Amino acid sequence: MRGEGFRGLTLSELLTIKQVEKLFSEGRRIDERGFLEFREIEINTNVIEKAFGSARVSLGDTVVVAGVNFELGTPFPDSPDKGILIVEGEVLPTASFGAEAGPPNEYEIELSRVVDRGIRESEMLPLEEYVIKHGEVVYKIFLDFNIINDDGNLIDAANLAAVAALATAKMPDINYVKEHIDELNSINIKEVPKVGVKIRDLPIAVTLGLKNNKFIVDPTFAEEIAVESLITITHTNKGELCSIQLLKGGLTFEQVFEAINIAYEKNIELRSILERNGIKVI
Amino acid sequence: MSEEFRRVDGRKPDEMRSYKIKAHVLKNADGSAEIRLGKNWIVAAVYGPKEHFPKFEVLHDRAILNCRYHMTPYSTSERKSPKPSRREIELSKVIRSALEQAVILEEYPEMSIDVFIEVLQADGSTRVASITAAAVALADAGIPMKDLVVGCSAGKINGRIIVDVGEYEDKEGEADLPIAIMPNLRRVVLLQMDGKLTHEEFKKAFDMALKGAYKLYEEQINALKSVIKNMEVLEGEDRE
Repeated sequence: MRGEGFRGLTLSELLTIKQVEKLFSEGRRIDERGFLEFREIEINTNVIEKAFGSARVSLGDTVVVAGVNFELGTPFPDSPDKGILIVEGEVLPTASFGAEAGPPNEYEIELSRVVDRGIRESEMLPLEEYVIKHGEVVYKIFLDFNIINDDGNLIDAANLAAVAALATAKMPDINYVKEHIDELNSINIKEVPKVGVKIRDLPIAVTLGLKNNKFIVDPTFAEEIAVESLITITHTNKGELCSIQLLKGGLTFEQVFEAINIAYEKNIELRSILERNGIKVI
Repeated sequence: MSEEFRRVDGRKPDEMRSYKIKAHVLKNADGSAEIRLGKNWIVAAVYGPKEHFPKFEVLHDRAILNCRYHMTPYSTSERKSPKPSRREIELSKVIRSALEQAVILEEYPEMSIDVFIEVLQADGSTRVASITAAAVALADAGIPMKDLVVGCSAGKINGRIIVDVGEYEDKEGEADLPIAIMPNLRRVVLLQMDGKLTHEEFKKAFDMALKGAYKLYEEQINALKSVIKNMEVLEGEDRE
């Protein structure tokens, strides 16, 4: 999250933060939203023709694009019978006044790793099915996402974009590749006949902010700076927890459980939005 | 029934590994501490408060807390590259964020405090052991704090909730829940989870980790008390 210690902020951003703080003390939010209300969510899938799967998600003014690619690769020695999933995200310099090009900073690394954990730990993809030759050739799946415009709550937005891109991706038919195992070197992965990706789960991340002992969901950029604490809680399809990350500040013991309950309720709401876009676990 | 369940290393589900914390272990640092938790061996050093460079980064209302969590190349069974991994960068960030909750940074505007954590041998739950040592090192440096910070982990293996997750359990288990708290203010300042837990299992794991943290808190106090005792002995010698 940029703006730590009010660094790298524009004057108008600083003024917005002050206004957000003032309104919080009156029990209001700057865009007149309820404390537990998300901004408008828009999900478009298959927006990048050249990728195997893609999505553009907007959450208010936050915009994320995610893309999926498949390659043939060598499995990790400690998991010879599993495909490889690599989730990485960056905040592009287009995203805000303070965003910078260059290697990812610690906030971007945290963002990628929290999104990665949700997808990995929920076992959304059946990685054990992506093995072409045990210990030698597997599918390597790259899930890359980018923040195009930053108005806060990057984790929830990136998580939605990432799962939408994955769930709607068309992957190279593994049976075709297995049949042509002797000519692997001459296979162009992009030209292999495609089949839909099977997904086993849909992780849903919900980030909450805490200010004056009250929780808000879907914090804007200014709200992220104004709140005392931030926590992301990710649920699986069955309502299990699959990832938690305290991003900022602290919580009382009781507030941890309060946060989990709110995140669970909101996860159901986000799930139904995905479902309306045809994204669900079959 | 469940009392008979034993973990890989023979522990009961709610049993911690053996642990020992020592404060003031490095001559040059302003504050330092060492923790042994099972086969974990972690050293933390604090330098500062000191003038912050570069000047343009200075915060005028408080000190900057820098924190580096680092694993040495020989700390794991497969050599780890000495250059910081993405994991180490993330952990440095969450550990710093947790310590920031306790340290009264407003006491030292325009200065910085460096916390260096070196994992010499890793045996699971290194981040929570690190933070436990780092808090003792900060106290040893005489830096004003609202409370100590102490961490412990819980997890799930073969469907059972366990405390103080060891290396094998971290690799083979179904879930890992590292937490750190300020024990007197009763606030959670580090909370991460991965794997799968139902809400019910989470509650059980969270409570177990809390209990473990309060045990380690007593050891933190013992470590700091014995430093004070040693100082009194030395002062006594001076007088003679």
